Amino acid sequence: MKKLGLIVNPVAGVGGRVGLKGSDGFDVLRAALERGATREAPRRARLALERLARRCDDVDVVTWPGEMGEDEARAAGLEPRVLGSLDGRRSYVLCELERSGERPVIGCDDFVLTTPADTERAARDLAAAGVDLILFAGGDGTARNICHAVGDRVPVIGVPAGVKIHSAVYATTPAAAGDVAALYLQGHAGARLRESEVMDIDEEAFRENRVSAHLYGYMTVPYARGLTQSAKAGGVAGEERALNDIATEVIAGMQPGALYVLGPGTTTRAVMERLGLAKTLLGVDAVRDGELAGADLTESELLALVEAAPAAYIVVTVIGGQGHVLGRGNQQISPAVIRAAGPDHLIVIATQTKLLSLEGRPLLVDTGDPSLDEQLSGYARVITALGERTMYRVGA
Amino acid sequence: MTLSPDQLKSAAAEKVAGLAKLRRDGGVLRDYRAPRWDEPFIMEQGTPGERGILVPLAEDGVTAEVGAAADYIPEGMARAAAPELPEMAQYQVMRHYLRYAQMTLGMDLGSDISEGTCTMKYSPKMHEELIRGHKAADLHPWQDEDTLQGLLEIVYATGQYLKAISGMDAFTLQPGGGSHAVYTNAAVMRRYFEARGELDQRTEMITTIFSHPCDAATPMVAGFKVITVMPDENGYPDLEAFRAAVSEKTVGCMITNPEDTGIYNPQIDKYVEILHDAGALAFTDQANANGILGYARARDAGFDACHFNLHKTFSSPHGCEGPATGAYMCTEKLAPYLPVPVVTKDGDRYHLDYDRPDSIGRVRGFLGNWMGVIRAYAWIRNLGPEGLKEVAEISVLNNNYLDNLLMAVKGVSRPYAEGHRRLDQVRYSLEQLKEDTGVGTEALRDRMVDFGIQSYWMSHHPWVVPEPFTPEPCETYSKADLDEWAAVIKKCSEEAYTDPQFVLDSPHAQPIDQMRRTEAMEDPDQWAFTWRKYKRRFKDKA
Repeated sequence: MKKLGLIVNPVAGVGGRVGLKGSDGFDVLRAALERGATREAPRRARLALERLARRCDDVDVVTWPGEMGEDEARAAGLEPRVLGSLDGRRSYVLCELERSGERPVIGCDDFVLTTPADTERAARDLAAAGVDLILFAGGDGTARNICHAVGDRVPVIGVPAGVKIHSAVYATTPAAAGDVAALYLQGHAGARLRESEVMDIDEEAFRENRVSAHLYGYMTVPYARGLTQSAKAGGVAGEERALNDIATEVIAGMQPGALYVLGPGTTTRAVMERLGLAKTLLGVDAVRDGELAGADLTESELLALVEAAPAAYIVVTVIGGQGHVLGRGNQQISPAVIRAAGPDHLIVIATQTKLLSLEGRPLLVDTGDPSLDEQLSGYARVITALGERTMYRVGA
Repeated sequence: MTLSPDQLKSAAAEKVAGLAKLRRDGGVLRDYRAPRWDEPFIMEQGTPGERGILVPLAEDGVTAEVGAAADYIPEGMARAAAPELPEMAQYQVMRHYLRYAQMTLGMDLGSDISEGTCTMKYSPKMHEELIRGHKAADLHPWQDEDTLQGLLEIVYATGQYLKAISGMDAFTLQPGGGSHAVYTNAAVMRRYFEARGELDQRTEMITTIFSHPCDAATPMVAGFKVITVMPDENGYPDLEAFRAAVSEKTVGCMITNPEDTGIYNPQIDKYVEILHDAGALAFTDQANANGILGYARARDAGFDACHFNLHKTFSSPHGCEGPATGAYMCTEKLAPYLPVPVVTKDGDRYHLDYDRPDSIGRVRGFLGNWMGVIRAYAWIRNLGPEGLKEVAEISVLNNNYLDNLLMAVKGVSRPYAEGHRRLDQVRYSLEQLKEDTGVGTEALRDRMVDFGIQSYWMSHHPWVVPEPFTPEPCETYSKADLDEWAAVIKKCSEEAYTDPQFVLDSPHAQPIDQMRRTEAMEDPDQWAFTWRKYKRRFKDKA
């Protein structure tokens, strides 16, 4: 019998309905409670679990106690095996309030017993218990915690429940998360695994309307191909084949002597792999004439390389679930670097599946330099396969 | 509640049987159960030495006069060992294939409204008499053109009709299918620019995501790079993206109108203008021509070339029931590059003109699939110009009637161009149904066949519309057919909302169950197209 690990971050999404742009940290939780926030993640987790339970009745659910999963599993009619313990645990908010000698906020005593450390511990316990898949309800903070704990060792699927959803590890809706989890656990051919970005932004900066997103890592995530293409379209290139095609096309177009800056991502990694080079998955590398010209480069290192090169091209791909090609997780490729290479030397690569998953939304550039963003806006000729480009809208 | 497999089976049977009652009570759904034969492969049947026909040996006198038949086989052509064929009596062979045929929802048996983008219309049986009669069937491809005048007249006349329908100047009916005609266009455009010395400069062909995939695939075969334009919010190819895609590198465009969404692009001439301003060419793939016959001519929108499928639009049977015939039409400018031979007329005589130095050469042997040409000729002659327009009118009317019924079905939506009518077909989405019930388009497709109608065409790859399906109720179908088809979709939707698992487990009334191991279809290492391969790969190992 297949084992499903379940993690609910009850705090996730608390800040969103009350306009707090995130739910990390004690002050935000307190403010959220004061503004009458309700718990979003448990409700969404239950929707996903109900769908899962309906589609797949032979699954062994393993989770943590109470609000970290046990309650939602039972509510969805599943009998979970419960690991860990929250006995004697008191409200995190209440404890913090008491510690600082402040007045308890109404509702805080039955609210938020858990911390990010619990999420990480739960993820590690579930991995140790040999679960086949972890379904979690949360946002980018939760994804980051799980990624930190188990990396890409266990496949995960996110139920989008947080305020920040920049990572690419979530299904589109709770029901879709339940569907894809069921398909994956049943070994359905339509459900495949792929590496997806885990990103998080600095919430404090975000509240000041500055976005500073970082790429924290990759997790393996099942996806239902039926969302974007037929599971029975014979001969249709798989993800791997598509990446290989793109890599071949990029390499075929490389000019002798020119420098090629490769941003982070699995699509750009395919280019490096095809050249027989190791890619810094989370960082920016550069190649020239098929040889490595620099790995994991900082902005100033990039600038020096680009300025010294007779010609330089910047190869980027879509990072995260929002469609960003610049300004999220690849900030090393700064406005100065882009200007030095020449804005028309930007090469965007992405599989057609990735473009279609944006559902018509534009690709986004957010370099921090509005006039450059403006210049980069319009239409990009995105390399999608061997000999193929897709005209795709780019917005700032 | 968990039911045992037996209980599940009888529950399913009850539901299927319940439909018969619906029909008796005045409903339109029918009780249907496909025959299920546990029929082994023919290669696994037979008895050594058994024969279907016993051919008498030649009489001694004959052999004495002309020698043994085997001596006539050229050296090196004779088999060293007898072929491994099944050894069976004639009636056993007949029985075997009839059983397979019974397990198939074949042509003329069910409703083919389901097959959007395919224009599955009724192919008049009279046409089969024409092509199977001795006048046609006994022709030999190497006959001199003087003895082929009747056939050449039909080919020539059909070409003239298609020129009139499209507004073009020249034609070839040689391609053996729609995609083949589309490939012919890529090759013609290539030759055109080669002759002008611009081939090194012009390397990019433009298409749209809702055009048929052959509009992207065939230019690649012809050596071009392909640029795909996505739809704007109205479902039309994004005009600004199109403008941005066109440059001095552009060869031309290969696009469909109406696209597979059924939305006719009223600004199509603007796209053509952008291309011509850049010195590029414009081709329109008219696989979806059924809704515009007699109403919109490719030439009037400025196109330099277009094609028709004589199978589908012009009544010749589709796909493997064909064979297919692609008609390619172009303007005078591109005519020198057409495949040879071109059928020409000089006074009362018809000729096969091979003397065309700029031609791209042959794209198919002899005259191509002329059976499709004869059927199209008969069909056009039967209908006349007004009849062709009526075909377009009825198919658009049928489509919009069906649309009204389908849009009332819970979970069905019609993305793009809200408030604009579609022409010959619609690409619907079951995204809402999937979200509400977990039943997506593949599951619904597997269930609808339980009602004795053909499973629907979902979409070409890739799926831009989520959970898509694309019916095309062309002029063949009656109101009763349309009502039945919509009722099936409605019934399946209701089942999805009340008992999604029942739909997910379907089909329940078909000879085979759901294919669970679809990954094998994408893995060439698991394919076996011949018995020998199958034995080597699977049987000998077992």
